Amino acid sequence: MEEATLSFKARAERALADPTLKIAIDRTTGTAERKRAVAMNQFPQFEAARERGKRIKDHVIANLDHYLLEFERNAIASGAKVYWAATAEEASQIVVRLCKEAGARRVTRVKSMLGEEIGLPHALDEAGIERVETDLAEHIVQLGGDRPSHIVWPSMHRTREQVSEMFKRLHRAPHQEETIEAMVDSARRELRDKFLSADVAISGANFLLADTGATCTVTNEGNAELTTTPPRVHIVTAGIEKLVPSMGHAIAMLRLLVRSATGADVTQYTTFHCGPKQAGDRDGPEEFHIVLVDNGRSRMLREGMQEMLRCIRCGACMNHCVVFRQLGGHVYGGTYPGPMGAVLTPVFDGLEKSRDLPHACTMNGKCQEVCPVAIPLPTLLRGWRDRSWREGLEPTVVRFGLGIHTFVASHPRLYRLGTAIAVRVMRLFSRGGLVKGMPGLGAWTAYREFPAPAKRTFMEMVKDQENAR
Amino acid sequence: MNEPRSVSRPVSPRVALFATCLVDAMRPSVGFAALKLLRDAGCRVEVPQAQTCCGQPAFNSGDTAHAATLARHFIQTFEGYDYVVAPSGSCIGMTRVHYAEALADDPAWAERARRLGERSFELMSFLTDVMGYAPTDVRLDTSFTYHDSCSGLRELGVHDQPRALLGKVAGLTLKPLEGNDVCCGFGGTFCVKYAAISNAVVGEKAEAIERSGARLLLGGDLGCLMNMAGKLKRKGSSVRAFHAAEVLAGMGGGAAIGEEG
Repeated sequence: MEEATLSFKARAERALADPTLKIAIDRTTGTAERKRAVAMNQFPQFEAARERGKRIKDHVIANLDHYLLEFERNAIASGAKVYWAATAEEASQIVVRLCKEAGARRVTRVKSMLGEEIGLPHALDEAGIERVETDLAEHIVQLGGDRPSHIVWPSMHRTREQVSEMFKRLHRAPHQEETIEAMVDSARRELRDKFLSADVAISGANFLLADTGATCTVTNEGNAELTTTPPRVHIVTAGIEKLVPSMGHAIAMLRLLVRSATGADVTQYTTFHCGPKQAGDRDGPEEFHIVLVDNGRSRMLREGMQEMLRCIRCGACMNHCVVFRQLGGHVYGGTYPGPMGAVLTPVFDGLEKSRDLPHACTMNGKCQEVCPVAIPLPTLLRGWRDRSWREGLEPTVVRFGLGIHTFVASHPRLYRLGTAIAVRVMRLFSRGGLVKGMPGLGAWTAYREFPAPAKRTFMEMVKDQENAR
Repeated sequence: MNEPRSVSRPVSPRVALFATCLVDAMRPSVGFAALKLLRDAGCRVEVPQAQTCCGQPAFNSGDTAHAATLARHFIQTFEGYDYVVAPSGSCIGMTRVHYAEALADDPAWAERARRLGERSFELMSFLTDVMGYAPTDVRLDTSFTYHDSCSGLRELGVHDQPRALLGKVAGLTLKPLEGNDVCCGFGGTFCVKYAAISNAVVGEKAEAIERSGARLLLGGDLGCLMNMAGKLKRKGSSVRAFHAAEVLAGMGGGAAIGEEG
């Protein structure tokens, strides 16, 4: 059955039953967690850096109109063309149109989650434009015909053994040796001529610099540089929340982003693009286009979710999430998985379709603890639960049950009676210290034992003691 | 030069014990352990009969209006005392941190919630941070590992206190738990709403507990303990689970969670 037509719970159970997926998830998230912990130990200024990062983003978000116009003005002055897209559809159509106007047959793409968010891979395929993913993990995703499962490591769901098999089946000159280096070489041979023969390069941006109109992209593979240099046209797509006032602010954010994502101090490559090739430049695109995408972001600002716009897409929240580490990314059903995805997906897909995401969380707070810009993710997730309740999307049995519970719990004598009866009923099903086969406890007892209660409630016993005094 | 500030301890404060709904219904011994510890620490303890539920199930289900109703009931029940103490970080996290959110539309009540919140404590942190208490003459010759329940750890900063208290129990040695700050998968109603996911999480937790080599699992929240003890039992593990208060009150020789009492 197709992933998208299954319910969240059905997708979850399928993922839980896949031991290879679990190995793949544990390798990636386990390594990420360990490396981040080491990086944090060597970065005692983290708390101060985090506070500064949070303040920078909050300032920009509070003055978004100002910085957007400043960025547009400076980008245009540098020779770039700037486009505004209100929706995902509009954004991908602008990119497709620009590709067509450039007469593009082949485009190379640098990994960009915004590109996934606006459905760009699909839109390019639909338009009959050959799309070459140049990020190694995105290349694996493209070969496998599936979707990214992690925002930093899109092919997290594949083990290297599976990738090796796939390369051998699909690459023109695949690796012979079973080493990571040999596999990377295989991908390099497969991709190199496509890099050089592309008509248009499409990239995202980690930051947009308002004071120069430049865009900033980080990679560890150098594919951003190789992708964006040969083609005649370079298109950047970026969410409007990517703005920072200046280069200094971008660097401050990079210190947080890279350590939180991979545990490194800096990425291998940090690239700034500013306008098209100028007279005297040795290389660079002849046309430089920037598509600024809203797609729900200004709505988040209006609807009290502005803290989520601080997100710099480092993936630390998902690497440390007990639920994500059991399920992987595909189960979440949207572009962004994990805690940040559970907050964002209802914005893009509507709450009704993604109601499970904010609920499938234990509210343990680890995501907020590791977030480099201190986003209160559990609070935002509970915000969705609150909205789901108010919009009547919660199941009748839950609404009814909590209504009764609240009524009883507001009347202490009734509550005392209710708990006394409940305990006695549970005792009827108790054997050897455990409750066995009691109707209504199936979801618990399917997986673990339910400890039996004592014969009487604490409050009953306390009352007896007080009366006896 | 500043003089080191002397820590002022309250003298026989009037403390209300909030047993929590789980302790009330499932494991009264934790309530009696808390009573004993608070009295030993010099508190005048009362157990208000009007206490019910803190409202966390409603709040976390998105039912903010009902959570607010139960928050008001809780505040009315407990605000006349010097302190309110519960053997749970989760419930006190609700009353200290989240009542103000649940009552955000009602500033007068939100202010009452805030004032009571300042006097609401999880048991281990109250005994240590407020009363400066340490148990004496408690002995238990065994080893234990400790799971830090998430709300207590992250919302209230409960980490060192239970370890300091348990360190005073003669004969008891700590075996560290790998991932001691990783959620056990309980999550209140999460554990039944998403039972399969919860099971996968608690399965890994149970393995880590067994790897610690400890004979006892201790913690400060009965919900998490029932989840972990239930999984350990189902696996046929011999690790026995108690609330830390039970061990501190000298009740560690009794029936563990899920054993015939």
